[in-house]
Amino acid sequence: MKMTGAEALLKILEGYGIKHIFGYPGGAVLPLYDAILKNDNIEHILVRNEQAGAHAAAAYGKHLGRAGVCIGTSGPGATNLVTGIANAYMDSIPLIAITGQVDASFIGRDAFQEADITGITMPVVKHNYLVKNPKKLIDTIYEAWHIANTGRKGPVLIDIPRNVFEAIVDFEPKVEEVSLQSYKPTVKGNKSQIKKAIKMINSSTKPLLLVGGGVLFSQADDEVKQIVDEFKIPVATTLMGIGSYDETKELALGMIGMHGKPYANYAVHHCDLLISVGTRFGDRATGSLSKFAKEAKVIHIDIDPAEIGKNVVVDLPIVGDAKGILKELIEGLEQVDRAEWIEKVSELKARNKMKLHKTNLNPQLIISKLGELTRGKAYVSTDVGQHQMFAAQYYGFSEYNSFYTSGGLGTMGFGVPAAEGVALASDRKRPVFCITGDGSFQMNMAEMATMGEHNLPVKIVLMNNSSLCLVKQLQHFQCERRYSEVGFTGNPDFKALAESYPNMVTYRIEKEEDIEPVILEAMSHNKPTLIECVISDENLVYPIVPAKKGLDEMIGVEKW
Amino acid sequence: MKYTLSVLVENRPGVLTRIAGLFARRGYNIDSLSVGRTEDDRFSRMTIVVDGDSDIVEQVAKQLNKLIDVIKVTDITSVPHVERELVFIQVSSDSGNRGEIMDLLNIFRGRVIDMSKNNMIVESTGDSAKIDAMISSLRPYGIKEVMRTGKIGLLRGTKEDDRRKG
Ligand SMILES: Cc1ncc(C[n+]2csc(CCOP(=O)(O)OP(=O)(O)O)c2C)c(N)n1
Ligand SMILES: [Mg+2]
Repeated sequence: MKMTGAEALLKILEGYGIKHIFGYPGGAVLPLYDAILKNDNIEHILVRNEQAGAHAAAAYGKHLGRAGVCIGTSGPGATNLVTGIANAYMDSIPLIAITGQVDASFIGRDAFQEADITGITMPVVKHNYLVKNPKKLIDTIYEAWHIANTGRKGPVLIDIPRNVFEAIVDFEPKVEEVSLQSYKPTVKGNKSQIKKAIKMINSSTKPLLLVGGGVLFSQADDEVKQIVDEFKIPVATTLMGIGSYDETKELALGMIGMHGKPYANYAVHHCDLLISVGTRFGDRATGSLSKFAKEAKVIHIDIDPAEIGKNVVVDLPIVGDAKGILKELIEGLEQVDRAEWIEKVSELKARNKMKLHKTNLNPQLIISKLGELTRGKAYVSTDVGQHQMFAAQYYGFSEYNSFYTSGGLGTMGFGVPAAEGVALASDRKRPVFCITGDGSFQMNMAEMATMGEHNLPVKIVLMNNSSLCLVKQLQHFQCERRYSEVGFTGNPDFKALAESYPNMVTYRIEKEEDIEPVILEAMSHNKPTLIECVISDENLVYPIVPAKKGLDEMIGVEKW
Repeated sequence: MKYTLSVLVENRPGVLTRIAGLFARRGYNIDSLSVGRTEDDRFSRMTIVVDGDSDIVEQVAKQLNKLIDVIKVTDITSVPHVERELVFIQVSSDSGNRGEIMDLLNIFRGRVIDMSKNNMIVESTGDSAKIDAMISSLRPYGIKEVMRTGKIGLLRGTKEDDRRKG
């Protein structure tokens, strides 16, 4: 069928089940927006900054387990996408970024709004393309989709000159799977390695399962559940692994790391076998590498061979897709008496001494209450800061794939657009809570307009401490309380500001008694909502694993 | 220690940038890199000499393999292979020492490819150790310029026909 390149692009995306794309128009993508206007199957979400579009598409993709799509025009539109692309890259989120480019004949002449976006993004994409030849457009899009969505997932950027969007191409839907000679991710785990792993697990008396974001991308949550529940193996997660196992269950220890749960960190330190699945052993998760899981043998299951041995020395690597590998593991597992270990872990958990500096209105309390009132089942996005750590620590996630946060890059501004992406991916059926801070919120707060326009059920819980409090906390500990540029004196009246956007419903929480009624009220309707929580700037996130210390050397908690 | 990687890549624009960028951003040291077409013009082969310990080189190989344009990475350091490097050396010489230099070149199987009143340019191919030795024996005469290609290497025995990633 003859059509323009732009129309073919939309057709292919439709074929992959894409119902929404996030973008911002401009000259180079004019033909694409013309095609969008004529397309009835894909809804375009007009964001207020391309960066927000990239974050929204990433969260959309993470929710659905396949790439979301964002669009930026050439030059500044494309460069605005970069933060969102880098964020997706660090967290292995599938994403297709489409950028317009100046006409192929103008490339290299510093044309108006020309930027070498393939050059700029090279270090932060799984792969990228500049399509100069219209004949290659269709194959390139299929290839890009394949690469973004298989193996270790990640962002793929396709830079398309305006004339290629306009060119007439011959489109036939592809039926056969894309196969690339130079890209064949390993999916199936090595049998003999799996056998060895089974032996190690069956002979371990103090095993710990550590799951990361890879488990969510592999949709291996059932297998994790079976290993934990049937074989009584405690489970901890990384920040990105939250949402892969019900945190409210007995054997769930929650997040490890610099601000991890104390008992999760202790368990890593004291286990005799660490079974890591889909984690990359990032430094915020491991603390000092030389002290990480010192008493344990380590099994590392990951789809990316380059992750094996990159940070942590591994006793037994298994490369492949987590779901299949865990399935095979389970077949060989035996019931082992681990009563002593379980008892120790449960006892630690019961002691649960998370230090709480009482302040006027503790954000920890607000988040616990939110967890309680939503029974841990809401979708939650966060920004980056203290509020993010409190959300990870106190919400109590019990729903699969319910946590959307910026892990590897730590990108302020992620939370609000991410909540939009999740709201759309889940068909606007459920509220999505965005736990944000006044610093992060201001990075993408223009998205309130987008939320209002599309009437998205996003509930922004804004922890307003008039400060960049996580950085303030760093200065507290590392700079002898010399606070440099971390206080805001010119914040707007957020409630009044939100009020001025169409469709936004607003609330303010100033004391503990307000928490429950406001949250209940906000949950009673589906409108976009801002709940401003006026909190102190004197909160501290505990526990803390200080720099160069091991996970067991936390401050602010009871000893093992 | 120095490791030699033979890397088969798609012959596409930007491949070299991707590989050079990877080395730069992960802080790996390239000792030399040479690249050229293969028997099949869809592919190029690079020989990359990397300085580092075995863990680093293993990471380099894995990270290279992750690049979509890279088809196969082989560490040929400790498997039988042939390797050669080409060097041009411009050395001062006059009628007084020309004979002596030519004798030296004979030992290293070097050739004179250009000569003027006060200079000559010599060429030689060989493994890197031989080239090093040749350069240091010419040094006393006054070396003006050295240009080395970096080494190229190929596995011995069967042709490397397995084009799938290892
Ligand atoms: C884009 C970006 N710039 C800077 C930082 C560094 N940073 C990390 S946390 C933080 C403070 C966040 O403030 P806020 O969103 O108000 O959260 P709070 O810690 O106050 O809860 C900053 C500046 C970052 N993570 N991202
Ligand atoms: Mg703040």
